Amino acid sequence: MQKTIGSLIAAMIASAVATTAVAGSEDVVVESAWARASIGVSRPGAAYMKIRNTGEEVVKLTGLRTDLAMMPEIHRTSTNAEGVSSMAPAGEIEIAPGDAVALEPGGLHVMLMRLQRAMVEGGSFFLTLDFSDGGEVVVEIPVLGIAARGPEN
Amino acid sequence: MNRRTFLKFAFAGVITMALTLVVGWWQVDGPGKSEQTGGRPVDLSEMEFRLTDHEGEDVGPKTLIGQPTMVFFGFTYCPDVCPTTLSDISGWLDDLGEEAEEMNVVFITVDPERDTVEAMAEYVGYFHPSIRGWTGPQEEIARAAQGFRARYKRVPTEGDDYTMDHTASVFLFNAAGLFTTIIDYHEPREFAVPKIRRALAEETEGVT
Repeated sequence: MQKTIGSLIAAMIASAVATTAVAGSEDVVVESAWARASIGVSRPGAAYMKIRNTGEEVVKLTGLRTDLAMMPEIHRTSTNAEGVSSMAPAGEIEIAPGDAVALEPGGLHVMLMRLQRAMVEGGSFFLTLDFSDGGEVVVEIPVLGIAARGPEN
Repeated sequence: MNRRTFLKFAFAGVITMALTLVVGWWQVDGPGKSEQTGGRPVDLSEMEFRLTDHEGEDVGPKTLIGQPTMVFFGFTYCPDVCPTTLSDISGWLDDLGEEAEEMNVVFITVDPERDTVEAMAEYVGYFHPSIRGWTGPQEEIARAAQGFRARYKRVPTEGDDYTMDHTASVFLFNAAGLFTTIIDYHEPREFAVPKIRRALAEETEGVT
């Protein structure tokens, strides 16, 4: 039994080392990140950015973490032919080598649910992006005004 | 397949296509057109609803007649589409400058349960000063949406929370309260601003 556990641990270490060796998340670059200020903590917040895969392998974004919100998730807004907008969790996001995924108003966005504190214009917060290879990318996101339309204003 | 069989098949095909076209026309443009799905908003004079603006004033469709009007639906707990639409509109109004000063710009909530008069007042305060926020009882919101042919639906989310699906288009009316056009969500500013200018230009031909 002990032997089995021992080899199991050895196998886990080996696989951890292996995934690090083939990691794609180290080639992820996040650009133009910004978020909108919130009014208090009862409404969900939103953040946007461009996630670029500069590597040779597909990377898959599996989850988000931040101390700002209990439930950070990537959501997608879609507007149908009749002009009705709806929003739903986007699930895992795959980014092909050399590609970039844009999180921008009216499309994909980071939805920050159950805010732990207000998002104040001029402040910033850290968001950790988790990838399927076990790697993570930490981004500092500046908080802009409620009426901001992009990273520049 | 001999020539006669082929002709039979070809004829059947043509008939099927013709029928499909007729049925399609009937449902989309013809007498079979559904009253529920989309369509043009009616003119403001034909609408009936009573709401309260973010300063506590009684308002309704007739309040808007006399000046060109821009109306859209949303809710203040909306993290993406609504602040984006409000900032887009604020940008259009900035572009129009003095031209837009005499225009009604109204944001009607589809979530009156959370969007009280106070919540609307705080929210619209972050955007262009011309933007008014209207709320009221569920039945009156429903009557307003019916007039504009706008749709909305409450959608439960995790943890006893909910969000709202809703029409994200902006409706334009001239000073006489006649429906002019729709600005679709995400329509580029170079199209939106001229559309508003046209509604503004009709002001002189409308009410005198």
